[in-house]
Amino acid sequence: MTTETLRTTVAARRTGVVTWARVRPLVIHVVLAASALVMLYPVIWMVVSSLRPGNEIFRDPGILVKDLRIDNYRVGWNALTEPFTRYLLNSAVVVLGSIFGNLVSCSMAAYAFARLEFVGKKFWFAIMLLSIMLPIHVVIVPQYILFSHAGWINTFLPLIVPKLLATDAFFVFLMVQFIRGIPRELDEAARIDGCGRGSIFLRVILPLMVPALATTTIFTFIWTWNDFFSQLIYLTDPHMYTVPVALRGFVDSTSSSSWGSMFAMSVVSLVPVFLAFLFGQRFLIKGIATTGIK
Amino acid sequence: MSALGELGSLRGKKTAGQKRDNLAGYLFLAPWLLGLFLITIGPMLASLYLSFTDYNLIQAPKWIGLDNFTRMLSDERLHNSLRVTFTYVFVSVPLQLAIALLLAVVLDRGVRGMAFYRSVFYLPSLLGSSVAIAILWRQVFGTTGLLNQLLDLVGIHGKGWISDPSTALGTLVVLNVWTFGSPMVIFLAGLRQIPSMYYEAASVDGAGTLRRFFSITLPLLTPIIFFNLVLQIIHAFQAFTQAFVVSGGSGGPSDSTMFFTLYLYDRGFGNFDMGYASAMAWFLLVIIGIFTAANFLLSKYWVFYDD
Repeated sequence: MTTETLRTTVAARRTGVVTWARVRPLVIHVVLAASALVMLYPVIWMVVSSLRPGNEIFRDPGILVKDLRIDNYRVGWNALTEPFTRYLLNSAVVVLGSIFGNLVSCSMAAYAFARLEFVGKKFWFAIMLLSIMLPIHVVIVPQYILFSHAGWINTFLPLIVPKLLATDAFFVFLMVQFIRGIPRELDEAARIDGCGRGSIFLRVILPLMVPALATTTIFTFIWTWNDFFSQLIYLTDPHMYTVPVALRGFVDSTSSSSWGSMFAMSVVSLVPVFLAFLFGQRFLIKGIATTGIK
Repeated sequence: MSALGELGSLRGKKTAGQKRDNLAGYLFLAPWLLGLFLITIGPMLASLYLSFTDYNLIQAPKWIGLDNFTRMLSDERLHNSLRVTFTYVFVSVPLQLAIALLLAVVLDRGVRGMAFYRSVFYLPSLLGSSVAIAILWRQVFGTTGLLNQLLDLVGIHGKGWISDPSTALGTLVVLNVWTFGSPMVIFLAGLRQIPSMYYEAASVDGAGTLRRFFSITLPLLTPIIFFNLVLQIIHAFQAFTQAFVVSGGSGGPSDSTMFFTLYLYDRGFGNFDMGYASAMAWFLLVIIGIFTAANFLLSKYWVFYDD
């Protein structure tokens, strides 16, 4: 083998490597963009279809809108027993109550677990972790009986009161993880300045755990907004329906003419989730990552 | 002597502080403890009791011993609902995790616009549990739905995917796989933790992309895979909304999407057969408990801890 051929093979190989290195990111981008489009296509199509005249949902798989129509929204808004505003307001009440409950009760429990030394702490902590995995179905029947004896059926109390009692233990865990990352020296400094445990919690820990509180707020918002099972069970009076339960009412009346308005109201119901995602994704992703790792 | 005195006063302070800590600890824990006993443990024990009774919400519960459990042994619909649920869990969870891992590995290699792709892939996990998406699924996989309209463009005449018992469950599996974004984000965070020097050393030794994946990435990621597996299995066993809405509340066609949870709802809140529903709920808890325990036991054979 001459030096000449050796040189050309090396050169050929080098150019080969260079082109693949150059093409590779492009290939990855094309594959990623294509899979992203495939994933989101149905959702985009739903939004577009909700802006078309009713029957085109069953004819046009494309996502180009020729003439924008908001008829579906106008019809859908008043298609059920109550105007859709009612359901949105009901959902808002449940969501706000749940957020408030989770923020107060979970942060208190998390502070106790992360910072205070008390008898039986390890035991309760283990119970708390176990309760995260508990299926709601195991407790739903007696809870239903309990709340119906209390006269709470068709009120929002069965949906909000448990949150005031930190039953969403997942958030307790999330906040414990976060508080553990706050330097203990800050507590000590506050203690030397004469702060008791209560004011350390209020003045030192709470202000520093705002990111964890934000994560909790956004997750509670989205999960409560989407929650269906408990709302379906506790709310049977159309006046008290939340958005998911109301939407389900559409499914029961499945005439093909109502698909347009059903799509329109589905889109309306997804807007708050989408907005929460848009403005809160930093906290969402960080939240999943921190609880996921430990 | 003075040193001893100091020690004593220190110890005295400590116990006084400890007492205050005990008090403060339980005060801060009070809402959670109240919830634990009133909303969780109380109802759990009550449902355990109810599972041995015949109870319809109106008449007082009547003790019937193990009747509910023997009834479960011969309840064909319940057996079917178990088959449906197991199929759903064991097909959708591995698929979902495999896709999540694949995309996390691709995204982790410094793709430009990574944050954008991550968000796009993550979005469905937030939307996936909503009634709105279930409604969309009903349309997409319907006889004249989006999928069949698209198939028509390439000359394939599709069937009604949801109205056919052999494919209805498949559409729900697709829906669960669609929400691979949240395990993907957890994988991404895990990949960040792998020291890059491992890869550099492997490259120096001449290991290729695949070799590096199987010898470094995969073993070091096993704790995260395990975590995701445990979480997603527990989650999938409890799936309800999507099957309920997609099947119009019936679990149909011919019970092909009748998840265990749907059947439980049907018994408890459709027929007010609360005793039987409670027995089913405990059975579900035992199943989930067994699978979680098995997961933990098996984990020592394949999960690799670096430290």
